[in-house]
Amino acid sequence: MAWPFIDQMNPSSATLAAGTAEIDLSAIQPGQQIVFKFRGHPLFVRRRTPAEIAAANAVPVSSLPDPLAENDNLPDSAPATDANRAIKPEWLILVGVCTHLGCTPQVSTPQMPEGDYGGWLCHCHGSQYDTAGRIRKGPAPRNLQVPVYSFLSATRVKVG
Amino acid sequence: MSGPSTYKPNSGFERWLDARLPLPRLMHDTMQTFPTPRNLNIWYTFGGILTFCLAVQIITGVVLAMHYVANAGLAFDSVESIMRDVNYGWLMRYMHSNGASMFFLAVYIHMFRGLYYGSYKAPRELIWIIGVLIYLLMMATAFFGYVLPWGQMSFWGATVITNLFTAIPVVGTHIATWLWGDFAVGDATLNRFFSLHYLLPFIIAAVVGLHIWALHVPGNNNPLGIDVKSPQDTVPFHPYYTVKDAFYLTLFVILFAVFVFYAPNFFGNPDNYQQANPLVTPPDIVPEWYLLPFYAMLRSIPNKLMGVIVMGGAIVTLVFIPWLDTSRVRSCRFRPLMKQFFWAFAVACVALGYCGSQSVDAAVAGVPLVWVARIAGLYYYAFFWLIMPIVGLIETPKKLPASIAQSVLGDTAGAPAE
Amino acid sequence: MRLKTLSLGTSLALAVGLLASTSAFALDTTRLAPKDEGFSFEGPFGTYDRGALQRGYQVYKEVCSACHSAQHLAFHNLDEAGGPEFSDAQARALAAAAKFPADPNDKGETVDDKGVPLMRSGTLADHFPSPFPNEQAARANNGGALPPDLSMIVKARDGGPQYVYSILTGFGGHVPAGFKVTDGKYYNPYFEGWNISMPPPLKDGTVSYSDGTKATVEQEAHDVVTFLSWASEPKLEERKRFGFGVMAFLVLLAGVLFAAYKKVWKDAH
Repeated sequence: MAWPFIDQMNPSSATLAAGTAEIDLSAIQPGQQIVFKFRGHPLFVRRRTPAEIAAANAVPVSSLPDPLAENDNLPDSAPATDANRAIKPEWLILVGVCTHLGCTPQVSTPQMPEGDYGGWLCHCHGSQYDTAGRIRKGPAPRNLQVPVYSFLSATRVKVG
Repeated sequence: MSGPSTYKPNSGFERWLDARLPLPRLMHDTMQTFPTPRNLNIWYTFGGILTFCLAVQIITGVVLAMHYVANAGLAFDSVESIMRDVNYGWLMRYMHSNGASMFFLAVYIHMFRGLYYGSYKAPRELIWIIGVLIYLLMMATAFFGYVLPWGQMSFWGATVITNLFTAIPVVGTHIATWLWGDFAVGDATLNRFFSLHYLLPFIIAAVVGLHIWALHVPGNNNPLGIDVKSPQDTVPFHPYYTVKDAFYLTLFVILFAVFVFYAPNFFGNPDNYQQANPLVTPPDIVPEWYLLPFYAMLRSIPNKLMGVIVMGGAIVTLVFIPWLDTSRVRSCRFRPLMKQFFWAFAVACVALGYCGSQSVDAAVAGVPLVWVARIAGLYYYAFFWLIMPIVGLIETPKKLPASIAQSVLGDTAGAPAE
Repeated sequence: MRLKTLSLGTSLALAVGLLASTSAFALDTTRLAPKDEGFSFEGPFGTYDRGALQRGYQVYKEVCSACHSAQHLAFHNLDEAGGPEFSDAQARALAAAAKFPADPNDKGETVDDKGVPLMRSGTLADHFPSPFPNEQAARANNGGALPPDLSMIVKARDGGPQYVYSILTGFGGHVPAGFKVTDGKYYNPYFEGWNISMPPPLKDGTVSYSDGTKATVEQEAHDVVTFLSWASEPKLEERKRFGFGVMAFLVLLAGVLFAAYKKVWKDAH
């Protein structure tokens, strides 16, 4: 009886429909990141170079401040190995919201390095993420979130 | 206590009305003849001032709502249109935004008055509790209202505060999604905040009615904290307190006018003159000044859930004050020890407010403000849960006067007027 | 053993790297306090200098509007009281000089045979046109940085008119030793971080004032900041005038009520 009055506040079907996005990956070069707007947040889609993937793999999970994968496609307890951070290692898809207070971290490139780990630096309070988007230094408590996504084809991804 | 009504209808119409809906009788009994202690000072005028503030907010708010558009793509522009194009729109907007600050200034003075003079003590516990409810409703109303202009602070303040709900284990994210109506603060959130912002002030008005009704049962407390013992202790509300309230209200309105006309953005944050951008976070997210002490408490605890509990607990604590204070004496005028703790409490609140206004890693003279906030927050809790119960038991109060009349009129009762 | 050497080498490299990066951060690049420039509209009786407003509009139009929009300003604001107070004819002419996409014609067309959008002349009701159609175009034309809209820039920045004035006149200073100006940016110590994306917009004689005022950088900056302050607060003069009346009334009322208060309470003490 009271449920309709409560449920009306939950996201509407229009909102839920807008809550999935299909992204074309074909234009993204290795080493490049494109930022999409997804569910009101920035979505980082980064095409990683082999060096970036290797650097991420070289880090022992036990040394990470947040050892959990933070991946909505996996169980909560999955560890933060690089394999658990991306379905295909070349494509890193992350919610671009710093897990500290919600700022947008800046991506690190060879021309303009940001932070010490080759990933992202959040300019708000200094959180630094590595090439798998995992928190390494600074006040952020968790790795950057990996959203629900799946590959529709080699160059097309459905997020949400 | 007011005793039986002495209202006498003067005309046929008044007799007719009195027999059907006795509003004039109600006005007469509550605002004309109501016996009020004769020693109320300036700090007792803020109840009337608060009623004025509520009326100003409702009137200017309804007018603004005639022009405002609650849509994420149009809200910011609609406010600018009010400021630039609507006739006297700038006046309505500045009265409403500065009115909110004046409203909270008055409510804090009103609450501190209650603490100092022991107005929360029996038999006025319920007036105090209803007052805490009004305060909570005011904070919710102000929070919703600040989001409406859809500036950077509006959006990001809403994001930070609604994200706090995700700290609740298991159901937190679901509650946050339900509040947002989306996966983040957005248009759905703005629309419902507008609806609630319009609704709550009328709920506040009804609860204020209960607050005043509950007050009129025992009658006002007074600065001496002693009960009314005889009619000599009181004067009729009109003309004594109607004129006194009107005078002090005018002084308050002068202060209000100084802000509206000469410093209309003094209380505001420049970032809110930038349209909300979900992809750009401002370097420092701060709420309006009246919420800063609680913001400081929230940020001083490293754990998100504990921070929420400490902040919420600080407000819930207020409900228990009538039972935490063990003193038999109401007014701090006669409580030399409590008086000092009271002023330290006031300092702690101001310190918390200052900490809340600065960035998380700020330090003053080498002292990180987060530690100042922790100590001040600790004192806040200690003041209610430790100091109030203990000081009431160990303190030796000063000797109370025999009556209000004796204290006010003294031995000069009957002497020539000054 | 090899593992230990590797990690020692890595940590040494890290230490050197950190040292190198911290030396760049050792300089405190907090922005300087804004210059203490006075403006005619400050204070309880301040008003906008008409000449400065009109010259400031000229600076905006000839220099700033190439990159910066001012969406909340409309051409009808230019002839209203409390602003630059151009004549009605001047305001209409300024509006007509701007072109806007035309409404669909009788055939429902919005483009001509060659696909070029049909345009119409501006009217007093139109808002100032933006130099770019959207944020992406603005960023593409400005090295990735977005030139902010100027309608409310004076209210949207901590430090207000003094801050904007300091930015405009703060270029060209000697770059301190140890500070590296980022590629594509410009040194301005009044901007947080000292690297600003905007190239110095003003020089002596950038505009040629029609009223003959000498167009130094300071003069141009002062005039355009006056104009931008009006753009942020077009109702300032009306507000202060109204405020004076309200204050006078309230002070009188307070006096009357005080007398009544004293009279009522005379015998109660």
